[in-house]
Amino acid sequence: MRRLLRSHYGGLGILILVILLMPFAFPNSFYFDVAINVGIAAIVCVGLNLLIGYAGQISLGHAGFFGIGAYASAILTSSHGWPPLLALLAGILISGLIAFVVARPILALKGHYLAMATLGLGVIISIILSQEVDLTGGPDGMPVDSLTVLGIEIASPQAWYWLVGGALVLVTWLALNLVDSPIGRALRAVHSSEIAARVCGVDTTSYKVLVFVVSAVVASLAGSLFAHFSGWLTPDEADFLRSIQFVTMVVLGGMASIFGAIVGAALLTALPQFLTVFQNYEHVMLGLVMVLTMIFLPRGLVPTLALRLLGERR
Amino acid sequence: MAEFLQFLFSGLTVGAIYALIALGFSLIYNASHLINFAQGEFVMIGGMATVFLAAAGIGLPLAALAAVLIAVAVAVAIERLGIAPAKGASAVGLIIITIGASILIRGLAGIVWDRNFHSLPAISGEKPLVILGATLLPQSLWIFGATAVIALLLWFFFARTLWGKAMMATAYNPLAAQLVGIDIRRVVMLSFALAGGLGALAGVLITPLAPTHFQVGVMLGLKGFAAAIVGGLGSGAGAIVGGLVIGIAEAMAAGYLASAYKDAVAFVIILLFLVLWPNGLFGLRGIERV
Repeated sequence: MRRLLRSHYGGLGILILVILLMPFAFPNSFYFDVAINVGIAAIVCVGLNLLIGYAGQISLGHAGFFGIGAYASAILTSSHGWPPLLALLAGILISGLIAFVVARPILALKGHYLAMATLGLGVIISIILSQEVDLTGGPDGMPVDSLTVLGIEIASPQAWYWLVGGALVLVTWLALNLVDSPIGRALRAVHSSEIAARVCGVDTTSYKVLVFVVSAVVASLAGSLFAHFSGWLTPDEADFLRSIQFVTMVVLGGMASIFGAIVGAALLTALPQFLTVFQNYEHVMLGLVMVLTMIFLPRGLVPTLALRLLGERR
Repeated sequence: MAEFLQFLFSGLTVGAIYALIALGFSLIYNASHLINFAQGEFVMIGGMATVFLAAAGIGLPLAALAAVLIAVAVAVAIERLGIAPAKGASAVGLIIITIGASILIRGLAGIVWDRNFHSLPAISGEKPLVILGATLLPQSLWIFGATAVIALLLWFFFARTLWGKAMMATAYNPLAAQLVGIDIRRVVMLSFALAGGLGALAGVLITPLAPTHFQVGVMLGLKGFAAAIVGGLGSGAGAIVGGLVIGIAEAMAAGYLASAYKDAVAFVIILLFLVLWPNGLFGLRGIERV
């Protein structure tokens, strides 16, 4: 059991098992709804965690990429009649391209400066999305067509659940492979000491650019799924607070822990849905969680628990 | 010409407000090399607390003073309860703590006060002065005056007082400062207190011109940070020049280009500066140690 937990792929097996078994415990479709939202947030967080947790580069603007994916899907399918899969790929291409173009100059920055630059980028994207009223419907939002894959319309909560669950498993598997590859080791070297990594011959800039693009593309994919799932899209999905929520999920679950990112996404997405007392206190709770996690659990929930349970020192 | 002058006046007015906020960023950055993302919330507290204390029957000047003191207390609380216990946290960790604090404060403000827009009466009425065809509100003059006085006071504080010199010493080299007997803990606390007070003052002054709301601090804080970066983080003169640059650029863009994209201007400027001149106009070249 210990070895199973310790190996990454054991974790993947557990994730698949949880996704397969969970529906049997769902009393009604509301639970499917919550689980789908958890899955979408988790996809973003797995990608973002590669950047924050493994490469040690913060981004306060990833909701921007989520928004680009969501709006690409919404606009291209609803206003231009594109097939959803093509629109999703277009969103990925746009996000990836923007991320690639800005990554080099932005990732040369460090700490606060990097935080501010990514934040600026995200805010600019969200302002464009809410000001281009003709294209996006402005702050009121726009309707989105339902998702059809290979001629089959994904409509029921169950179908969405399996689709998002499958996407999450796929993204997690890719992330695990990336982390275990030479790229992953290079990223962790960048995290510990960028200069030392460079001295050892690691092309730190290229790796940082790569992981930035990967995380942006993953966020865009999740955004596309979200747009079709929710059926109505507003610029709020791309704003600063959303970016902060994603970062908080990663930090709460555990930086540099792929399953931590999923746990963080699950907690912060599901709790406000089930505890309706949260409604008015959502901001207060989010803020408290952020401050308390950083003070008392700087490594995040999953790594801290793993350390306790497995008595493992890394 | 009159049109240009009109845009310039409004740019200078908001610019002076951004300058006050940017000064807060620089003060805290100098004392602790930390970016306080909750800076904008002090501005919100300044406006909202004044509105609600005045509504409770306290005279306006007293309400404003109390609002500033509340912001100072909140600022010190952030440092004591959020920053100090997280000793040794990474830059990312500290960023997350201050963002968390700002969201927490915003949430509390929405609950303790309300979620509506509020305004305050202008200090010397609403009758505008006409200068070369452009109008200037008396409140703008108050804002210019207050910013100038604050700049002078801060200069005096840093150049002439023992506490100010202790803060400068800490900014240059915290370890050396500690060795000569400077209590860094108190220096950091003082920097938060000053930043809280400056932010709240900005909030009190701008509320007659731009209504306050529990979420107003987000944009104001971010733009103040943009101003601090443009001027060079940690530079007092830079903060003021940076504030005016952002304010004027914003007003000109809103006037001549597209008012819808007014809010984006500050962020485009930040990105340009971060990429091309990360040390800002007045900043010292940073030296990174391994």
